[in-house]
Amino acid sequence: MAAVLPSAGKQSQVSAQRKSRTGYFLLLPGMTWLAIFFAIPFVTLFMTSLQAPVAGKSGQYVPAFQVSNYPDALAEYWPQFLRSFLYAGIATGLALLIAYPLAYFIAFKVGRWRALMLVLVIAPSFASFLLRTYAWKTILSDEGFITSFFNALHLLPDDRILNTSIAVVAGLTYNFLPFMILPLYAALEKIDPRLLEASNDLYASAFTTFRKITWPLSLPGVVAGTLLTFIPAAGDYINSELLGSTQDRMIGNVIQTNFIEFRDYPTASALSFVLMAVILVMVFTYIRRAGTEDLV
Amino acid sequence: MRWIKSKLLGVIAVLVLIYLFIPIAVVGTLSFNKPEGKYNTSWNQFSLDAWTNICGVPGVCDSFMISVRIGIISTIFATILGTMIAFALVRYRFRGRATTNLLIFLPMTTPEVVMGASLLALFLNLRFPLGETTIIIAHIMFTISFVVVTVKARLQGMDPRLEEAARDLYAGPRATFRYVTFPLVAPGIAGAALLGFSLSFDDFIISFFNAGTVVTFPIYIWGAAQRGIPVQVNALATLVFVVALLIVLTSQFVSYRKRKALEAGMHSDSAIVGADVKGLEAAMPRS
Repeated sequence: MAAVLPSAGKQSQVSAQRKSRTGYFLLLPGMTWLAIFFAIPFVTLFMTSLQAPVAGKSGQYVPAFQVSNYPDALAEYWPQFLRSFLYAGIATGLALLIAYPLAYFIAFKVGRWRALMLVLVIAPSFASFLLRTYAWKTILSDEGFITSFFNALHLLPDDRILNTSIAVVAGLTYNFLPFMILPLYAALEKIDPRLLEASNDLYASAFTTFRKITWPLSLPGVVAGTLLTFIPAAGDYINSELLGSTQDRMIGNVIQTNFIEFRDYPTASALSFVLMAVILVMVFTYIRRAGTEDLV
Repeated sequence: MRWIKSKLLGVIAVLVLIYLFIPIAVVGTLSFNKPEGKYNTSWNQFSLDAWTNICGVPGVCDSFMISVRIGIISTIFATILGTMIAFALVRYRFRGRATTNLLIFLPMTTPEVVMGASLLALFLNLRFPLGETTIIIAHIMFTISFVVVTVKARLQGMDPRLEEAARDLYAGPRATFRYVTFPLVAPGIAGAALLGFSLSFDDFIISFFNAGTVVTFPIYIWGAAQRGIPVQVNALATLVFVVALLIVLTSQFVSYRKRKALEAGMHSDSAIVGADVKGLEAAMPRS
């Protein structure tokens, strides 16, 4: 997804492209690695999702064609599935609201400080993901400033934030925010500022300019950012585990515990496969709009 | 009122940036804390214990070193493989381009839990023993795509006239690559390696699936979260953050200086253009 990283123009392409065996030689090692350790595992995952248990031996399975694993797994875990998409959806919406002003500011208002601002956006990722999530335990704690503030306004249904769904969604929003800011910035940066000036000269209000010019032209970034925020958020289980209660478990928690703790490989594989299928539908819808050349 | 309106966007932008750094401020502040109980989540008393005795808790530094080792090894492999792919994508025509693009794109949009589970399914079915090797295999796999994207962007942003100039001066393809192309792409490759290392070093989910009994730094933190994270972990994470930030800021500053110098018209200095002109001259056949 070229939209992810702000890149310069594409001047050197096409004209300089050669056709020779060297191209295939350059591709071979890396693509082989991805084929063996990314693509083929999905085949094994699919086969594992159809395995049947060995009677009397827990954690052992034989190759089979037990399609019923899928409806069984979904019947048991559909609430976690729905919750994942709900939490990830809310977090993505919030991230869009928070990211847009910052991305717009960096793209149009900071001049030569752009590079530094982008560094500041990426910098939080240099500190451990787990510790940053854990830090929200401190920030949102029951005695903390934020909880007291909202409690004074009687806005919290459970009189607390930590160990509720609010904390999980807040954590997800925070953690994946850079994935929203960067593609938004990349799309906004490509807009010719003269378009905005022209709109202003024609007496369009700031709001009309935004609605008719800025927003439509930034849509590729909005779509890319939404995809890049929603997908990892829907699969995440760290925020739910560290910030939520057992009522807030998401599909990632279920896959992890079934795979690693219960050793119920078929159920965990079936759930992973369904999650991946949903995401592939989203990705292919995106590709139909954008084509594959701008993906990477 | 007008003033507020004109500054509103800037105020919001700064607030969002502050929001991004709040948890880091918490992590850093708590590294100077002497927690009351076993959970280091609220401020109690100032102390330098964690910083002066950073390896004081068993397992912390061991897991840290394991993560550094895994990060270095997987970064080296992923950077080489990813850079080769990026060159192929930008410079060569080949069949199966759409499939190639897709296979590079998908690892970046697959939830980690799915990648971790599917890779574990593969290793279990092959009866491949889990450990540092399987973690490194996984890390190379998910880092390659990010290297490709970063190096490809750099290659596409390169001025094609620089290579044309070298060719016009009768530099062979090998000399052109060695003295012009490679030095120009090198900052992109370095950036990709830095990104790759930080992805590998901080990865928890995929590592946790494929680690067996190996305890990386994030896996250590995950385990410690239940029984209380030692203050030393905060100190180490703060240290990593500061070092990484310094590296990135320095490189930004250097490239800013180079750009300034270029604009000032010092085109002849090869170090500023980025190409190794002296090396190219030395390699040229004398006529």
